[in-house]
Amino acid sequence: MPNVPPFVAPQPDRLLWQPATITAITRATPRVKIFTFRPADWPGFTAGQHVDLRLTAPDGYQAERSYSIASAPDATGTFDLAIDLIDDGEVSPFFHEVAEIGDTIEIRGPIGGHFVWRAEDGGPVLLIAGGSGLVPLMAMLRHRAEAAPDIPAALILSARTEDELIWRDELLQRDRDEPHFHLFATVTRETPRTPGIRHGRIDAALIEAALASLPAPPRTSFICGATPFVGAAADLALSAGLPFASIKAERYGG
Amino acid sequence: MATRGFTGRRPTDGIVERLPPGQYLTEDFPVLSAGPTPRVDLATWRFTVKDGVRPVASWSFDEFNQLPRTKLTRDIHCVTKWSKFNTAWSGVTIDDILAEAGIAAPSPFTLAHAYDGYSTNVPTDDLTNGKAMIATHFEGQPIPPNHGGPARLLVPHLYFWKSAKWVNGLQFTNRDEAGFWELRGYHMRGDPWQEQRFTGD
Repeated sequence: MPNVPPFVAPQPDRLLWQPATITAITRATPRVKIFTFRPADWPGFTAGQHVDLRLTAPDGYQAERSYSIASAPDATGTFDLAIDLIDDGEVSPFFHEVAEIGDTIEIRGPIGGHFVWRAEDGGPVLLIAGGSGLVPLMAMLRHRAEAAPDIPAALILSARTEDELIWRDELLQRDRDEPHFHLFATVTRETPRTPGIRHGRIDAALIEAALASLPAPPRTSFICGATPFVGAAADLALSAGLPFASIKAERYGG
Repeated sequence: MATRGFTGRRPTDGIVERLPPGQYLTEDFPVLSAGPTPRVDLATWRFTVKDGVRPVASWSFDEFNQLPRTKLTRDIHCVTKWSKFNTAWSGVTIDDILAEAGIAAPSPFTLAHAYDGYSTNVPTDDLTNGKAMIATHFEGQPIPPNHGGPARLLVPHLYFWKSAKWVNGLQFTNRDEAGFWELRGYHMRGDPWQEQRFTGD
């Protein structure tokens, strides 16, 4: 059962820590802020990759975390991270309450050669996201829209409430404007107010609907979210008949 | 370089000295893998030891469970930055597997293979002398499928991606051949105390 993907993102010989300047901060949801970083020396990245951040206290104590990149690979020399506020966290409260435009943060990256997608990898592509698991998939969708809008793609997106759907308006706009992209958004803890957004957990019917929107079975499926979500979604994808080796997963949290 | 306005939340005494650099303590047991959880059938499960391409020993699940059992309670460290203390495992040490196979470790490098196609390379010295096992139980219960059951490699002193889930074989190799994550930029050894996360660390 070889599970070797067709593409392994190129890896540097050595990943060095370097300073990156925060050049923009925008609020995306009540609990998510988007930070734009400009590293001193940025080699670019592949959609789906992440970076490590390192914060240092005056006495030398350090905390590290990994965050996925949300922006499309481009020539700006910057990347966006979406940072979800975790109430009892150590790093995310710093970003939400302390960090400002102009601050310098140590980063290294890009990292990750498996959960990645390039236009050359082709499609169709099925994306399944729970909550902030959308972040690396958003980089793929934005890359696709710029580089290969003819590649069919479907996004199944689950969040607790509409207000917690990161990039809700952008995704609804893409669903309207991009003929080969279809959005299947659902919220679990409230009745949605926006037409087209569903209510309830992802299930076999939602997977079937997304698959039916694609002209052929997906070449690759990317699933990202909290551990229980990814487990359930991967089982649904297997039950829908998608080949084991075509499903890539990224999990976070406990 | 201090980060403006960051003070951090230091782990307390008794914890801080057990946390490798860049790690934080979690009470959860996060699940990490590159794809779905494979469905492994115990009726057809086999664990095979190979010297290069040559199989030298193989066990069914029932046979494997007859091998001498050992308990290991260790701290574990994931490259995604979480550490978990006092995880209690039981299984068969690599020493006992080699003894049952009737061989000494034939080469300095080992590739672990798994049912999902995953592989990871581990220096043989990091597997022997009681340092590693093929674990079948966690906290007294069979390891759940999402944590690598029915059997996973356990190399607790290295980053946890080396502890391959759904393991089905060890292959001794003459060269240090990169496994799944090692091909994708992760370190060939992965010692958390030396923060060997990525190539070149």
